Formats: sequence, C-alpha cells, structure tokens
Amino acid sequence: MANFEAGLYYSESHEYIRVEGEYGFIGISDFAQQSLGNVVYVDMPEVDDEVTAGEEFGAVESVKAASDLISPVSGTVVEVNEALEDEPELLNKDAFANWIIKVQLSDPTELDNLMDVEAYKKHCE
Amino acid sequence: MEKKTCLYDRHVTLGALMSPFGGFIMPIQYSNITDEHNAVRQHCGVFDVSHMGEVRITGPDAERYVQHIFTNDVTDAPLGQIYYGMMLYPNGGTVDDLLVYKMGENDFFLVINAANIDKDVAWMTEQTEGFDINLDHQSDYYGQLAVQGPEAEAVVEEVLGLPCQELKFYTAKTLEVAEGDEGETIIISRTGYTGEDGFEIYGSHEFTQQAWDKLIASGRCKPCGLGCRDTLRFEVGLPLYGDELSADISPVMAGLSMFCKLDKPEFIGKEALAEQKANGVPCKLVGIELADKAIPRHGYAVLTPEGEPVGEVTTGYHCLSVDKSVCMALVKTEYAKLGTPLAVQIRKKTFPGVVVKKKFYDKHYKK
Repeated sequence: MANFEAGLYYSESHEYIRVEGEYGFIGISDFAQQSLGNVVYVDMPEVDDEVTAGEEFGAVESVKAASDLISPVSGTVVEVNEALEDEPELLNKDAFANWIIKVQLSDPTELDNLMDVEAYKKHCE
Repeated sequence: MEKKTCLYDRHVTLGALMSPFGGFIMPIQYSNITDEHNAVRQHCGVFDVSHMGEVRITGPDAERYVQHIFTNDVTDAPLGQIYYGMMLYPNGGTVDDLLVYKMGENDFFLVINAANIDKDVAWMTEQTEGFDINLDHQSDYYGQLAVQGPEAEAVVEEVLGLPCQELKFYTAKTLEVAEGDEGETIIISRTGYTGEDGFEIYGSHEFTQQAWDKLIASGRCKPCGLGCRDTLRFEVGLPLYGDELSADISPVMAGLSMFCKLDKPEFIGKEALAEQKANGVPCKLVGIELADKAIPRHGYAVLTPEGEPVGEVTTGYHCLSVDKSVCMALVKTEYAKLGTPLAVQIRKKTFPGVVVKKKFYDKHYKK
C-alpha cells in the first residue's frame, strides 16, 4: 500500500510540493513510484531554469517506461537533487524524503489549484 | 477485453503488475525487472508465455505449404528440428516471425506472436488454396512455459521430471505425461527468447498450471514477467515484431536475411527480398550506443550530428547486463555503417552516440 504524507500539496499527475516559505520542494508521490516500478534514471532541469505550472520539467524513467514530470507550480529552479543522478532508486526507497527539484515560487496562489492529502488519496483510488 | 492465460490467477496471487500485451492481460513484473533479468542471466527463471499462438499443419501437402509461406527451408529436416523465420507479404513486408517445429513427416507445429494470432491465422488460411492440408489453430488448447537460464536444464529435469538433457539447441520432442485423468502428450524444445540456455514447454492448461506450481514451489526458479523478457531479448539483439519487424520492415532491413533462403524454389515474398538484396534497401536496423546515460525509447527520432532526422528508435534501454545506454534503430542506409556518429532526441535534449553492432550482450546457448 502506498504512503500518503499530510501537509503537502498534490497534483493530478502525482507530483507533490512541500512548501517552505517562498520555496517549494517538488517530487513524485509514493503512489507514483510504486506504479512506475524500478526507477533507473531521472531527467532533471538545471538550476536557474524556469518551470511553469502544468508543464513538463523533466522525466522519471523506469526500466519499461518514461513518465513526464509536470510542475505543480511556476517558478525558478534553485536546486536539483543531485543524489538522484547516481542513485535514481532513492525515489523507490523514499519518494517523500527524496525531492527532485527545489523552486522559488513565482505565484503562490497556484497552490490553491492543488489537492490536499485527503483529496489526493481519493484521486488515487 | 483482454484474454487471460491459464495462469492469470496465479500471477495475481503472486502480486504481479499486470498489463495488456498482445491482446492478453499479462504479468509485466513480480518483484522488479532488474532482479528477474539477473535471475535468468545467472540462475533460472520461468515465464508464462501461454499468450503465444500455436497452429498445427498436417496433410499430404504440409511440407510444400510450409515451404510456401515460410522464409526458412524445412526440406529434409530431421524429426524434432526447429526453424526460425518469417512469413512475408508479396512485397517483402513481414506478416510475423515464428518458429516452425517439424513433428513428423508432413506434420509441422508453428508458434506465432500473440498480437498477430488473428491476422496470422487469417493469412495462413488464405494461402491454403491448392494445398491438401489441415490447418488446426490450437492456441486455445495450449499453455506454454519458458524455463530459461544456465540452471534451466537441471530445474526441468529435477523439478518437473522431464528428461531434456539430450535435447540439442533448436530441437524438440514430445513426452507422455501422467497429469490429468488420462495423461497427455506435451512438447518440449530447447528454445527461448532470452539469449540463455532454456526450454519451452507446451501442454494443456492443466499441465501448465501443475508445472508452474511445481516450479514456483521448488524455489529454484524465479517467476519472471514480460518486462525482463523484453530487456533480455533486446540485449542479445533478438527482434520483436512490432518494433524491429513489421509490415513495413522486411527481414533484409532488419538484418535477418540469414533466415530467408533465397535458394528455395519459391516462397511468398521471395522476389521482393531478392530485389532488396540486389538493389539495397532504403533503411536498415542498427545498434546505437549513447555516450551518456539516457534511455532512448521506441519512436524517438534518430538524428545526424547536424540535427537532420534519419531514423527512429525501435527499442532502447539502459542495458542491465552491461552498464550502457543503447538502442536498436531503423535508419537510412547511408547512416547504417558501424562507427557512424548519430544522435538520439530524448525529450528536449539530444544525446550523441555511435552505430554499433545490435547485439549488446553475448548469447549463452548450449549447443
């Protein structure tokens, strides 16, 4: 069974964002990593790249398939989780501890378009 | 609505990730693809391949008919000999690739791809005019297990009690087994789709279920899904219909001419292949190795270093047995030479690579 972490915002395409002040840590949910199976490669943007809510910013690749990463918010990438370059399987070990990118939010009101954990749980049923 | 194989309930009980493939709902993985892949390379794995189709051709003209629809040459074959080859359209495009088992004089057992069963049977039926044969479509009767890996022979002998040690590569035999009320005749062959030694076993659903249960209970044989079947076959350069062969991709383009015997008096598609061999083909299947880690997927564009599109990826992976990002791709013939620099477009980025042999890992057959 998948874990669902409270206090995060979730998108329909199974990304989460943990907001700390003006920054957000974006990753994929535990439900998403379970559906993907073994993650073998994470295609990430670079620092200073712009991301846009609803648009692709990278991809998570399992052995069988590539799955686009869709940004839940707009903003600027301030950090990427470099550990995933060598150990993409960290997403399978703990998807919530291993965020993919850290962004500076340009429009925090976009968070209102996302789901809380209860709504996201229903979305996954 | 996808069909289920006779082992469907067992896959669900084992917690397999199930997904549609070739008209069936099939196990993609049980634990994870990498572990299952390595089990076959290093020890032994069992695959449910009951989705594969079977057709039996018998009758006075059976051999002449098989020679007509099949690219390889079964003339004077010893009993139990198996041939790999294709059925072609008159223009050289591929209907399917298949195995032909010679089970007796004018008695052949054909194994075809699941996704093509309806198309193949219709095609074969259309070609029967003028041949005194009986075409028996047996896909609904047979279950099929593939036991693959360096320990496969010991597992089949000791766990299933089926003598197979003396079977040579690409040969088959029938065995009488006592399963069920009256017993039955099964077919076992030293064949597979993994690049390892192994066996494929065809029997009734009841036999297949009992054999599967014994193999899983023994703990000597890991259940393996279609996910690793694809990574295993890909690494050793074996084609998959729909990726490396299709109605638009002839065996000459795919580099499989050795299975098309142009010295046969005739077969459907022979003239087209002879023409392709003589005058060349517009595109060829190649291997491409990327310099950096990335995963080229089916359908991604292949480019020249200058960015001109010259082909498409047919299958690609980050190869599990050798740590490399590689793919097979169909490219314009002038870019198919070994060592040609090419690139693959992966989402927004372009990854440089080079044309290499389309076999990324050596086969370990027991011949």
